[in-house]
Amino acid sequence: MKRSVSAVVTFVIMYVFWLLISACLWAHHGIDYIRVVGGIICAGIVTAFSHKHRLLFTGEEENVLIKTMRFMLYAPWLLWQIALANFDVAYRVLHPEMPINPQVIEFDTTLTGDISRTTLANSITLTPGTITIEVKGSRFRVHAIADKPAEALTVDQTMQKKVAHVFMEKMP
Amino acid sequence: MIEQVFLIIGLTIAATVLLSLYRAAVGPGVFNRVAAVNVIGTKVVVLLVIVQYIFKNPMFIDIAIAYAALNFIGTIIMSKYLERGEVCSH
Amino acid sequence: MDSVVNALTTAFLILGVFFMLTGAIGLLRFPDFYTRLHATGKCDTLGEVLILLGCMIYTAYHGMPFVVFKLLCIIIFFFIANPTGTHAIVRAAYKTGVKPWRVGDERR
Repeated sequence: MKRSVSAVVTFVIMYVFWLLISACLWAHHGIDYIRVVGGIICAGIVTAFSHKHRLLFTGEEENVLIKTMRFMLYAPWLLWQIALANFDVAYRVLHPEMPINPQVIEFDTTLTGDISRTTLANSITLTPGTITIEVKGSRFRVHAIADKPAEALTVDQTMQKKVAHVFMEKMP
Repeated sequence: MIEQVFLIIGLTIAATVLLSLYRAAVGPGVFNRVAAVNVIGTKVVVLLVIVQYIFKNPMFIDIAIAYAALNFIGTIIMSKYLERGEVCSH
Repeated sequence: MDSVVNALTTAFLILGVFFMLTGAIGLLRFPDFYTRLHATGKCDTLGEVLILLGCMIYTAYHGMPFVVFKLLCIIIFFFIANPTGTHAIVRAAYKTGVKPWRVGDERR
């Protein structure tokens, strides 16, 4: 049951995306029927190949609306952090003496879900002076470019708390 | 006026591609080259978007989307291959 | 209105190109593979997204909604794909034993 609903939702999302990308319903000289039908066929083929991998309904769908809302609130903070990260890296690149002190640090996270861990890993890569090297279970291995970003990640844990809040998980 | 701005921006992006090409050519080591090629790919996507305004032809953005996807998949496949010595294990 | 949109677009484009240039210089200047990816993974992502935002403003003003939607798709794709690609290369390098550079080491 859930599997067929997942397939239908996947098909609808892909077909709407195709309609928006190909712009075939709003062409200058009427509707372009070849593209409309071709989109149905292509979306059907992709759904048939991909729906056994369960792209949707993976068991993390409780409170999906609240999570989406919280993610929308998390995104501006992340964008601000990304801007700060860029000025930080630009300063280190353009400074004549290159004030860097690279180091590899490890820490454990309390996050359990796949999506929340992925979000944390991508956020770490995008924000000041840190890149995720490896995620093994709950263990994160991170390459930091200087002392301060490393401390911000392991001591303050602001980002972990925010991601835990977004995905409604236990606070670290 | 804005056409000249797009032209100059496009030329500057081409210059950054040249700078990255040095890292891709000299290395050292295969990982520096893969990273440089990935960077060049993302820069070229932006260059295609800019070219769309210079030639006034919205077709280029479709090429940019396809190139972005191809570039990402290429990077993932290269790093998987270098990590395990195979792309897909059956 | 025309000149305001043009000025805003130009400002976004110049800021983005500045970050892309910084990323390229970092790719040349930094001493080892991991630090180079710091420069490219952050500066390039923001620079490219800023340039695409400038293009989005210009296109929205000149009325091509589908091009705006496609630019939005590319921006979201970059925000997901660039960190993932960086992470994939870094993990491959770490697992095959590329040692991180420490202060005082030679450049490589």
